[in-house]
Amino acid sequence: MNTFLLRRLLQSLVVLFGVSFVVFAILFLTGDPALVLLPPDASAEDVRRFREVMGFNDPFLVQYGRFLKGALQGDFGQSVRHGEPAFGLVVERLPATFELAGAALMLALCLAIPAGIVSAVRRNSPVDYVATVVALFGQSLPTFWLGIMLILVFSVQFHWLPSSGRGTLQHLILPAVTLGLFTTARITRLTRSGMLEVLNQDYIRTARAKGVNDPPVVWKHALKNAAIPIVTIVGIELGTLLGGSVITETIFAWPGVGRLSVQAIANRDYPVVQAAVFLLATTFVVVNLLVDVVYTYLDPRIRLR
Amino acid sequence: MTTAVVLPDAARPERREWLVFLRRLIARRTALFGLIVVAVVVLTAVAAPLLSPFDPIEQDLGDLRLKAPGFRAGDGRIHPLGTDHLGRDLLARVIYGARPALLVGFAAVAISGLIGMAAGLISGYFGGRMDDVLMRLADIQLAFPFILLAIAVIGVLGPSLQTIIIVIGVSSWVVYARIVRGAVLTLREREFVQAALALGGGDGRVLLRHILPNVFTPWLVVATLDMARVIVIESALSFLGLGVQPPTPTWGGMLADGRVYISTAWWLATFPGLAILITVLGINLFGDGLRDTLDPRLKV
Repeated sequence: MNTFLLRRLLQSLVVLFGVSFVVFAILFLTGDPALVLLPPDASAEDVRRFREVMGFNDPFLVQYGRFLKGALQGDFGQSVRHGEPAFGLVVERLPATFELAGAALMLALCLAIPAGIVSAVRRNSPVDYVATVVALFGQSLPTFWLGIMLILVFSVQFHWLPSSGRGTLQHLILPAVTLGLFTTARITRLTRSGMLEVLNQDYIRTARAKGVNDPPVVWKHALKNAAIPIVTIVGIELGTLLGGSVITETIFAWPGVGRLSVQAIANRDYPVVQAAVFLLATTFVVVNLLVDVVYTYLDPRIRLR
Repeated sequence: MTTAVVLPDAARPERREWLVFLRRLIARRTALFGLIVVAVVVLTAVAAPLLSPFDPIEQDLGDLRLKAPGFRAGDGRIHPLGTDHLGRDLLARVIYGARPALLVGFAAVAISGLIGMAAGLISGYFGGRMDDVLMRLADIQLAFPFILLAIAVIGVLGPSLQTIIIVIGVSSWVVYARIVRGAVLTLREREFVQAALALGGGDGRVLLRHILPNVFTPWLVVATLDMARVIVIESALSFLGLGVQPPTPTWGGMLADGRVYISTAWWLATFPGLAILITVLGINLFGDGLRDTLDPRLKV
């Protein structure tokens, strides 16, 4: 087996181990998990009994071991609010979040890569100028404000698109645009600079000198090499998208993990919060591992490292 | 036989270099524009009591609720951006909202910048086990959906200005550490660093006197651009009700109110959002200009 990938796999396991520790430690931030989990008006007797039942009197590491064992089996405890296993509640909402993040990513890639390529090839043209300005605004617009403004225009003013809920394609449009704009801007800028860099390389000049026409140069030689940073950023941006879904889902009442966790935090339902943070972080780690697999195909040099 | 050793002039033309840099930065019109925007926002925050036409917290539940921009009250005073659902002047609140945004921005960037600088210097300079541990910590940090972790931690600790600053500050060090580490890795092999070591300079001295000044530039660019991100996060947290608590006006908190009244009072959500957009755009333009002037090859 390929050593690079084996090493990356081990690293990912270490990272997930660290993630589990942080997720576990969230409850101990105030020093007493019983006070975090119980309502503020719980009596001293209740707190004492609760500590006993939950095993909070055990040493920290023993408790962590128990948590890790449970987490590996998908057991994060019962939701305080819903009385169901927290893990199940989160898993149930995962498809909605993946649908939203996936749609946003697709939108970003479909817009950003062509825009970035055209910008780079037709440098300093009006197209480049417009794409650059749009990308700059896209990076500076706060997600939640964009969402509210889209609702204002498309739902309140014109009644074209629904402002909340999930189900039809119409429901998906506004949240996906809201969530995807920042990523679109990032990938546009990255594609443009990546392409510009590659287009200045010697082998492109050689290909051109040999009489290869412009479009094939761009597609065959340049894009393949510019794709490496783009693939990397897709992995990183997925983290941004999964995190950003917290805000977007709240605005559009999208029934995903993000909205669930915001509600869970408001309800002090920490088992659900722990399960949500852990599952989203795991998704991110797995996707980045896959990105590295793709990477080794795009750039054979990496395999040799 | 003696060899003339040309020592660098004691009075190095640092001032002139600085002026040249400033002139080049100003020559980029977008960077200059960004700098002006940032300066105006900072001045607004500092001079809020002088600039604000009204008290941002004073309520008027009588006939001042949800008035449109340009409304003239009974006493003849005009509310340029209208009033909110509690009869508070929106312009005053937008002006005062700059304070928590910038305060959190500067403080959190200072914390994460310092942590990241230290981690990057140690990681890049000493390498080995230390480097492995720090970079693995960075991976763990990056694996978290940031905003979700932040709201979980703030939810447990309870929202306050200090909590927000510390949570954002402590969890944003990775970008700094990576960029500093990368710079240190190449600097470590350079002649002047090797010479300083050969002349008996200790690690601490070499790091602080020879390496630190040379990694400052990329660090500064990251810090500037990160400031924009932190301000957006601060307003996102306030939007979710986990930021600086009312009655202190925050842009995110105002947006949350505006969302409730979206079908009747468009101005409530529009103006605070514009304030965030302008501030963040200004910082981004300035940061981009700074990067292009200082080091166009920098990948930030």
